[in-house]
Amino acid sequence: MSADSDGERVDISTDADVVRVRQAVRAFALRAALSIVDQTKIITAASELARNALVHGGGGFARIALIEENGRVGVRAAFEDSGPGIVDLERALVGGISTAGGLGLGLSGSRRLVDLFALDSDSRGTRVTVTKWKR
Amino acid sequence: MSERIPVVKIGRVLIASIPSDLGDDTALLLQEDLSKQIVEHAASGVIIDISALDIVDTFIGRMLARLASISRVLDALTIVVGMRPAVAITLTELGLTLGGVRTAINSDRAFEILQSLDVREEDDLADLADHVS
Repeated sequence: MSADSDGERVDISTDADVVRVRQAVRAFALRAALSIVDQTKIITAASELARNALVHGGGGFARIALIEENGRVGVRAAFEDSGPGIVDLERALVGGISTAGGLGLGLSGSRRLVDLFALDSDSRGTRVTVTKWKR
Repeated sequence: MSERIPVVKIGRVLIASIPSDLGDDTALLLQEDLSKQIVEHAASGVIIDISALDIVDTFIGRMLARLASISRVLDALTIVVGMRPAVAITLTELGLTLGGVRTAINSDRAFEILQSLDVREEDDLADLADHVS
């Protein structure tokens, strides 16, 4: 049994699901006893990534879990969609460039808000995983 | 499940308190409602209370910035009040500067700002009247 087997899955197919993802991440951040600022950061990042999955990926799901590694506790949120993928990853991560009329800060901004950021995108979809450790 | 956020009117000021679980649709509805009501009531100010919000992401941030621009065009000043410290820290790190959005610590402060603007406007009008006569 892996450490994150008790993770929660939230499907992302509507606007209201983005709110649901935020609520789920908040619950896990509280359980991990993250500071208020760190809670705010991981919830904000999750909100951006959930909306990305909805708007760019045509929907998908999030999996949120409490993790423990080398005596550290943290929250991990993984997002997966089966959209067309990000064509130019480097540009998407530089920030300030938007393909959906936004500010283009969603991906680059959420990377700055977390401790670990892993992104993997191809023509079958995009997978982003973010982690915030308790300090 | 997009609900409407109630807008309260006090004098020439419109006040809306954002609920904690703000959905994108609700945010867009508020933008429309406020724009309409600014014109309907000839409002001079709009106070948006975000103290219940535990996050402001780029979508909500953009909505606030757009509201500020819309109200400016309609001759009203939008003031965002009650931002939590953690939200301010996160917003800045996210890269959202909210340039062009007036903020105040609380509604009392926002009212003072709006009142001083009204007084200044009246002074200007009085000056103009003196000048003309």
